Formats: sequence, C-alpha cells, structure tokens
Amino acid sequence: MKRSAIRPSFPDRSEDPRVEVSLTVNGQPVKRLVSVRMLLSDFLRHELGLTGTHVGCEHGVCGCCTVHIDGKASRSCLTLSVQANGCNIRTIEDVAAEDGALHPVQQAFKECHALQCGFCTPGMVMNILSRFEEREPLDLSESGIRDLLSGNLCRCTGYINIIAAVKRAAELLGRA
Amino acid sequence: MSTRSFGARIERNIDPKLLRGEGAFVDDIPLTNPLHVAFLRSPVARARIRKIDVGAAKSYPGVAAVYTCDDIGPLDMAMPLLIPHPSMKNPKTQRPLARGEVHYVGQTIAMIVAVDRYTAEDAVALIEIEYEHFPVEMDLKLALQVGAPLVHPDVPNNLAAHFIQISGDPDAAFARAEHFTKVEVQVDRSTAAPMECRAVAARWDAVTGELTVWDGTQAPISVRGGLASIFGLDEDKVRVIAPDVGGGFGQKVLLFYPDELLVPMATMQLGRPVKYIEDRQENFIGSSQERTQIHTIELAALKSGEVIGLRDSFLHDTGAFIPYGIAVAQVASTSIAGPYRIPNIWVEFKAVYTPTVQVTPYRGCGRPQACFAIERAMDQLAEELNIDRFEIRRRNFISEAEFPYPREGLLFADGLKVTLDSGQYGKALGMADAALGGPKFRAEQEAARAKGKYLGLGLACYVEGTGLGPYEGGHVRIHPITGKVYVNTGLPGQGQGHDTVFAQIVADQVGVSPADVIVVEGDTKAFDWGVATFASRAAVVSGNAIHKAAVTVRQKILEAAANMLEVDIGELELRESAAWIKGSNRFVPLAAIATASNPLRYAFNEAAQAATQFAPASKHDGPPLADGQAPGIEATEFYSPPASTWAYGVHAAIIEVDPQLCTVKIQKYVCIHDCGNMINPMIVEGQVCGGIAQGIGGALYEKLEYQPDGNLANANLMDFLVPYATEIPPVSILHLETPSPLNPLGVKGVGEAGCIAVGAVVASGVEDALRPLGSIKIRHVPLTPRMISEALEQAGV
Amino acid sequence: MKPPLFRYEAPRTLRDAIAILASDVDATVLAGGQSLLPAMNFRVAAPSLLVDIQHVEGLKGIEIKGDTIVIKAMTRHRELELHPEVQRLNPLIAETMQHVAHVPIRNRGTVVGSLCHADPSAEMPLLFVLLDGTMIATGPSGTRRIAAADFFQSFLTTSRRQDEIVVEAWLPVLPIGTGFAFNEVTRRHGDYALVGVGCTLSLDGNSRAQNVRLAACGISDRPVRLKAAETALDGGFLAEADLAAAARASANAVTQMDDVNTSMSYRRRVLSGLIQRLVPIAASRARGGTRQ
Repeated sequence: MKRSAIRPSFPDRSEDPRVEVSLTVNGQPVKRLVSVRMLLSDFLRHELGLTGTHVGCEHGVCGCCTVHIDGKASRSCLTLSVQANGCNIRTIEDVAAEDGALHPVQQAFKECHALQCGFCTPGMVMNILSRFEEREPLDLSESGIRDLLSGNLCRCTGYINIIAAVKRAAELLGRA
Repeated sequence: MSTRSFGARIERNIDPKLLRGEGAFVDDIPLTNPLHVAFLRSPVARARIRKIDVGAAKSYPGVAAVYTCDDIGPLDMAMPLLIPHPSMKNPKTQRPLARGEVHYVGQTIAMIVAVDRYTAEDAVALIEIEYEHFPVEMDLKLALQVGAPLVHPDVPNNLAAHFIQISGDPDAAFARAEHFTKVEVQVDRSTAAPMECRAVAARWDAVTGELTVWDGTQAPISVRGGLASIFGLDEDKVRVIAPDVGGGFGQKVLLFYPDELLVPMATMQLGRPVKYIEDRQENFIGSSQERTQIHTIELAALKSGEVIGLRDSFLHDTGAFIPYGIAVAQVASTSIAGPYRIPNIWVEFKAVYTPTVQVTPYRGCGRPQACFAIERAMDQLAEELNIDRFEIRRRNFISEAEFPYPREGLLFADGLKVTLDSGQYGKALGMADAALGGPKFRAEQEAARAKGKYLGLGLACYVEGTGLGPYEGGHVRIHPITGKVYVNTGLPGQGQGHDTVFAQIVADQVGVSPADVIVVEGDTKAFDWGVATFASRAAVVSGNAIHKAAVTVRQKILEAAANMLEVDIGELELRESAAWIKGSNRFVPLAAIATASNPLRYAFNEAAQAATQFAPASKHDGPPLADGQAPGIEATEFYSPPASTWAYGVHAAIIEVDPQLCTVKIQKYVCIHDCGNMINPMIVEGQVCGGIAQGIGGALYEKLEYQPDGNLANANLMDFLVPYATEIPPVSILHLETPSPLNPLGVKGVGEAGCIAVGAVVASGVEDALRPLGSIKIRHVPLTPRMISEALEQAGV
Repeated sequence: MKPPLFRYEAPRTLRDAIAILASDVDATVLAGGQSLLPAMNFRVAAPSLLVDIQHVEGLKGIEIKGDTIVIKAMTRHRELELHPEVQRLNPLIAETMQHVAHVPIRNRGTVVGSLCHADPSAEMPLLFVLLDGTMIATGPSGTRRIAAADFFQSFLTTSRRQDEIVVEAWLPVLPIGTGFAFNEVTRRHGDYALVGVGCTLSLDGNSRAQNVRLAACGISDRPVRLKAAETALDGGFLAEADLAAAARASANAVTQMDDVNTSMSYRRRVLSGLIQRLVPIAASRARGGTRQ
C-alpha cells in the first residue's frame, strides 16, 4: 500500500454466531464470547494468548495441543471451546513456578536433552504430568514409559531422551 | 581457562523458555488484527483450468480478498530455479498460483484472505472451478516411456535431467573383474513431517516502508534477498525473522513456497498483518517431499571380495517441479561408493517429472537411497562370494593411510571435487561387531531359531559429505553493561541447539560460562550475511566463522585488559567473565573492558564507573578513537570451507521377524558414529538418535501413498505413520572422533547422519532373519507387513 | 483444518436432546468428539447441528446390574478401563482397551461414541460382537434394544436411526471359569487394527473347549464373529491341528479387499496367526481360573 492510499476497511471478526464460554484456565475464571465452532486450542492460543499450547495436526494424532481438562490430559484440537464450558483447564503456562523455576518434569527434560525444537514439548509435558498427578498406578518400566508417551509425536529426539526424562522425573518426584 | 566448554555435555540455554511454553513460533507472534490465509488447492493431478469463478467467495462475509493468478501482478511468474545445472534441459518451477494448468494434487490455485482461518476455509469451498482432466502416469519407469502422459506438455518423456559422472576407468575394471553382482533397489516417497508445519506472517508499515516477515524457514537471509528483489524494496527495508521453528529437516529450506511471496504481497495491499499457518493436510500435499529412487547397481569384484568397479543407474522422482535443481540426485550419485575404495565408478541418473508434490532435499538428501543401494549390493556380493558381511566391508574400506581420498571426476552438490578427508572406518566396524556381541550373536540366533524365533543381524555403513559452502559468518560482541557475550550468525536453528554449541565455541575463547553467551540467529536485522541451514553445515560453517570471530575478540579483550591493568598480555588469563593477572587476585571484568573500550561521555551504570578505576583501554594520543580503531569489543569473521568434510558411521541391529504376523521388531540398535571433534556430545547424540528414529520411519513406516489418479491417500498423521515412542527401540551410540583436517575446529556435520543407514540396516537384518525360510530378498523400503507377507508367499512360506 | 459452521445445542434432558436431534436430519450427536471432531476439521463431516449430550442428566457412569455391565452414553473409555469392578467382572474389557488409541484420546472419547462411529477396524465394536453386547437406543418413538450383531451394519454405519441416542451399551460379566484373550496387529501402537481378534472360551471337566467365541475386526466392513472357527474348536482339545483347522476355517471371513492399509492375503495370514496364538492363551486362563 502506498502512503497515499486510503486504508481499506475489513471486519475484525467473522459473522459466526457467538456463544458465551465460561471456564477456569490455570486457576483463573475466564468468560468470553466466541464463535460456536472455535476449537479449544484456538481459544487458548488466540483468545487468551496462551500460545504455549501448540497445534500440530488438528486431528488428534500428534499430541502437541495436549492440555488438562478437569485434570485429564486431552487434545485441545479435538474439543470445541464451548464443550469446555464449566471445565477446569490447565496449560503448560501453569506448570513452572511463579518465578519461572522449572517443575521436576520440565527439569528432567532439560537435564536429559529431551527436547530439540520444542514444538511437541508442551504437549509431552502435559501428558506426562497428568499421569504423574493422577491416582492410577503408573508403570515406569521401559515399556510402560513408551506406552505412556505413545500418543505424542516427536520428530526431533527419537524419544530415547524423553524416556530417560520420564525416569528422571520419577526420581525428582520421589516416584522411582 | 577453568573448564573447557568445547566437548562438554552442557545443558541447552534455550530449554527453559521452550519448556515453560514461552517459545515464539510464527503463529505465536502477536499481531494486531491479522487477516488469515487459506488456499484453494488442486484436487486433481493434471488438468487444464477451464474456468474459475470466485464471485461467491469474494462476497462471503469476512473475506477481505480473493486472488487468482490474474490478481497478483508481477508475482504471476515461474518461481526461481535455485540451483541451475546444465543437466537440466527445461527446468520447471512452480508459479505462486496456477495459470492454465495444474500439475499435482495440492497445487495452489487461489488464495483467500479473511478475518480468520475458519472463514477463509469456508470461502475456499465457494470457489467454482471447472477442470479439463488429463491422464497421469504415476509409475517412474513408465513415465519415461514414449507416449506416457506428460507432467509438462513441453518436456518430452517427463525427463527433467540426465547426468553421468565417471571416476577412474569403470570399463576397464568391469573387463578384468572376476565376479559381478547386480541388484535393483527402491526407496519410496516420504516427507519430513516437522511437528510445526510451515508458517508465514507479515506486517507492512506503510509509514516507514518496512516489511517484516516471520517465516518458519531455514533460509531467512535468502528469503529476505528474494523478497526485496521481487518487490523492488531496499534490502534494508525488508526484515525476515525465522523465530523458533518447530523442526525443518530440509523441507523449510526451499524458497519460495507460494505463501512466502503471497502473504507479504497481501499485507502490502491490504494494510493489515496477514498470516498463513499451514495445516497438516496442506503440509502433506503442498510442502516438499523426497526419497523415491530406483537404483540398478552393479559391482565388479575380484574373488577376494575386493570391489574394483561400480556401475549405478538410477531414476530419481523429482515431482512436478525441480526448483532445487539436481541436488538430491547429485548427492546420491556422489555418495554411491560409500566408505569403500572402489576406484572406478560410472553413475548415471535420470530425474523424472511425476504429477506429485515437488521434490527437494529432506534430511539425508539422496544419501539414504545411495546407502541402501551400495549396502544391499555389498550384502549380496558377500552372499555370492560366501564372505562374511563384516569381512567384505573390511576388505574394501578406505584405510586411514589413504586419506585424503579423492574420487576424481565426481563433483559434489557444492560443485567441488569429492574428497573423503578423514576417518577410521575399520575401527568403527569392529566396534559395531563387538557391540552386538560378535560371534556370540550367531549362537543366539541358532538358539532362537530352534525355538521358532527368527533373529537377524542388520549392518550398514555410510559416509556423509557435510559442511558445504559457500560460507557463513559470525559476529561476536561483549556487551558493555552486562559483560555478556552476544553472538550472531545468519543461519537459523530448528531445534539443533545452535545457541548452546555456538556459545560453547565462544565461551572458551573469552572465558565466560556458555550460559552467558546469547546467540541470536535467523534475524536479518541481527546479521544478514550467510546462506542457510542445510546439508549438516551449521556447526562446520557457522561454527568456524564464530570461532574465528571469538579468537579476534579474545585478542581485543586481552589488549584492552593489558592496558587497563597495565601489564603485558602474556600475564593475563580470561576466566569467569574477567581478565585476570595470572597468579593474582587482580582482575578487570569483561563488562568494564567492554565499557572502557567504548569512549562514551556518560558513566550511567556500575560497569561504566568501575571502568574508570582502571587505566584507559586504549593507549594512544589524539581523539578518543584512534584512526582505524572501532569502539567496543567485537568482531565479524567469515568461514568458507575448502571442500565438504566427510563424516561416517556404522550402524548395526538385532532384528526379530515374526513370519506369522509379518512384524519386525528391532531388539537392539547400535550406532558407531564419527563427526570429528564433538562440540557437545549430548547434542550430537540427540541429533543422531532423532535421525535414527526418522530412519526407522523410512525403513518400516513412512510412505506417501500416491494413488494411480495422483491423489495422496494418506495425507494425514493417522495414515502416514510417523513412529511413536512405542516404535523406536533402545539405541546405543558409540563415538569415534577423527578430526576433520579441513577446518580449525576439526568438526564435521551431524544433522543428517542418523537417518542415512537405517533402511539398509533393517533390510539386511530382516533378510538375515528370514534366511532359513528361503531366499527372501529385501530390496525395497519402507518394508511393510504386507511386503513381508508377499515375500513369504513367493517363497512358499 | 477448521470445522465448518454448525448450530450448537447443549440440552439438559434426554427428552430435549431427542427433540432437538429429531428436528434436523443433518443433526449429529456430540459426545466425546474424538472421531467426530477430526472428521469435521478435515471437513469430511459437516453436520448442521451438534447436539452436545454431555450435560444431559442420567447419561454418565457405569452400573453393574446383575450379570450386566451398563455403560452410559457419556462414559469415557478411560473410566471403563480403570473401573475396578469391571476389571474384576470382565477383565477382557481392560485388556482390549489397552489397544484403543492412546490415553489422552481415551480420556475424552466415549465408549458409546466409538460404537456408534462403527469403524470396522476398531476394538470396542469387536468386543461387543464377541460378547453379544446390547445397545439401548432412545428416540422419539421410544426405547429399543439392539443386539450388537444387528447394530453394526457396514463401514461407519449402524442401525441407530438418526434421531436416536444410544443411551446405554451393555456388556455381560464374564462367567466364572471363562478364559479370554485379545490381541491385534497394528502398524503403530494405538493405531486402528490391521487385524484384531478376541476370544473367550471355557473348558469342561475333560478339558474340552466349550462356548468358544471368536470375533475379529479389520477383516470386513464390520466386526464379525468367526463362527466357522468356533465350530472347529468347540468340543475339542485345542490341539495344534484343531487350531490350524480353526485358522483355516476363518479364511473366508476375510472379505476386506486390498486397500491402502494392507492386502487381503495378509489379513488372512494374520487372522490365522492370531487365532492360533490367542486360543491357547484363553484356554490357559480358563484353566488357571483368572476370572474368579
């Protein structure tokens, strides 16, 4: 556009019908009016600015968008934000301490070089964290850890160091 | 120096922010009211576009603009051919938006810009388009035949390029050989599938005339140069930033993808930030792919097993376009003799257009195919001559005394002569043998067979020309306020840990902790000389450039500190972010040295005040800066490699095959790896492991299933099988460090290494496992259960 | 890959839910969404109206009623898998569910949703066919029971009418002394099966097999009972020859032609292999009395 051109006018949002979505995100109550079809992943990223949740496939295979819905690891790309009404959502931004100190799972990832590009990492961490936090018994054998990690794709590390990081996290959390 | 950083397993500087979800990938960059792009992509492989009606799409609420090839002015052109080569007769590159004809399923035809991606996708569905369908030929061999349907009407027989290279005297070698082994092998089409798909966002500032582009690319400087030239802007007014990038593996080194031109165009026309976030389906049908090659390789040997000649003729599928020239095929053809002496080589390829996504380098770039060809042939030769597979390789390896070992007549992808520079191939092979238990394994294998279990040993060796030129640069500066060290280079990272290994290189020179070295890369405003991240070259080329800059900075620090402390340079040592007088407790911090080296009027912080306690950093009369002197402590240097440096490795595995279920389980995988001096072994292992996992994908899982009509049947991650953790076996990596004689750091590249040999290892192991069931040859990867089932059926099992 | 526009309703009562569903022939039930949302993101599904049943009263939880395990419509896979009573009363359920996708998908996806999706390669439909499960469907004209054998009609097609909601799915408790086994071959762990096989049987006092049930997924346009193989095994001692005969007898059950996933002859080979491996496992469990 030239300096002399008059800036064209475009709408700021679509004409989709909007619904109110009211939920808790990382401990804070949130209420927004959004398109009925907005995916939870887009809601977190673009409505709330929590861009740590990544979007890798939008069909539930890669696991990059994994968040906790009512404490359970879930695909935010396969959940409509309106479906999350009344739910308690936790994202990667809520995992480290207020001062930025890493959670033991994050610390283990760092120590074990369990991330490279870091795109899959938030989803990996949220998945692993949910399994450490739930009451169900956790199989921390080599094959148990592989099973735990299956459902999250990583294209960089070859998983070996992520498996090591889960073992290390178990030590740091006193679960080993 | 207290502790040496170079060579140490140092945790990565970049990790905390990525772990906290504080990365900055393209789609994370906050833009005010951005518009969003979606493309209409061709649903058919070959057709003429009879009519496009965008009326309904244009009037759809929320749509800002709809573009076809008629609406993009000077961008309606064939995009650049990046690497010309005389072997290409009529090289074809894609146009940003199709004009007249489409050439593959997924080709961009129209672009919608709308208030959000949801709306943009709605509008794509409203474009009405009429096609006149053309027939297609998907089979590589048939595509070359007279009368085959053409991908481009003016390219006869779909032949994109034809090239022959010769080293030595292959005819004479074949004339005197005592034994010949010939095999045909095939590697299928795959794709990089980075976890972050490609992404471009752009903002035009009409007041300053500045275009800012965030591009998930491996080549921001090249993108910047191209954009400035195509849009007629000053290079200085175009800033291209490759922020955090979620994996590249070669797919993101191509320029230009249509969106990389059209998104900047749209933001300049519409006056709003515009972004295109490629989705996974688009990544499968729109972004570069690689791998399909069919090799017919023949070895001429003596009865001793010594291979004296090699002929290889292969077909290379280049997809519908050839923007990267013949790079992939050329790398394959120059890697064909592997680590073997084989002094006489004749290698020919034909690059063939097919109505599929264009082919450009994907991690490995022709090397996995070449390795598969030579290694399957070596196994076959071993079998025919009844020589052990380890032994036949040992007899043919280039020995340590023979380096540098030139392959006269073969030109590598950098246009320079192939010369293998260093290595200990025999030692690596011995380590692999030992790691799998040596002769003990044969006993295990026998015992397992008695129990109905089929174990096999897989083996393959590879070489990898790395660290290609032409050059990269490095800039190192000591920050006056903090004393921290800033490092810039032009090529960006996509997860390789550049920020840490470059920090390690610098830390040793200037005596700081690597954590205090801040590396900024991939931003043309920070450093804008350089090429790109590809060909396992960052550590070699940028690493050595940064090293040179750090050495210069070290000298400047010492000179300034000597003046400030009023001692000789020889009495100083650099450690703990300060210059110390050896054997004393007198020191001057780097922050003070950097401050004192900048003759500024104001002492606005502690470092500046501290600096005043010392003598001046520069001893001269006259104005504060002497003639020819620059303020501050910084340096920029460049490194241009004389030739590629050749890394190598030996991979081996124990593989179990279940003939009833036709499943393959890798029980144990060992990798002996040599990339010269290692800057950070932890990162090297990470690169190798990741490469092996990708190689396992290519060996057993990942195949793009193009249908006879040109449609891609598995353009999603449900059906294109990137392995999960459950599919990757335990891997042990053992290192050798044979320094490269070609560069000051003695390093070789490692980025692509891991993936090269895996297909050959798996095929070799499966063949060995099934040997008791008959002569079952594995000559084609990825190897699916169905293929094993069919092979067993043919063998009557 | 963003879903097309739809209307959305989240009723609180079953009556309302059915009325809304019946009001629009292109309306679809949304439960866990783990199959529907991907289809919508690819825009291969474009329902005009989504009826989100997560807030409908009475559709949550698992109940054990006598010999029947009642799985309500909104029960997530993971709830069923981890339910201690279910694990005790029908351990085959948890064994099978280890193979259903991955935990984060099982956390959201519902069992009934998976049944209604009716992928012919999916594990849960196979389990219902194997064990003669029952679906309870409620529509405008009332509630009906549909036997699993009648429920799965063909590829992604069931006998549920568009205006019906499957409110419950029933599986039997395994009778004491029943041996069981499930396994499958997939390309990657968690993928849909290339071929999956489930088996239950018991042994009489003379160690003869009885009540042999075998079912498979991935071999046809729906999950199928392998009656011919069952007949070949019933009353026998499960000797190797019997297993081979059963495996041979199963070959005709494979009707799925060669496709992008694999070939018909491969499916036959694997079906045969799985039968020969799983029947002995089930028999040894019947002998060992795993289900007390």
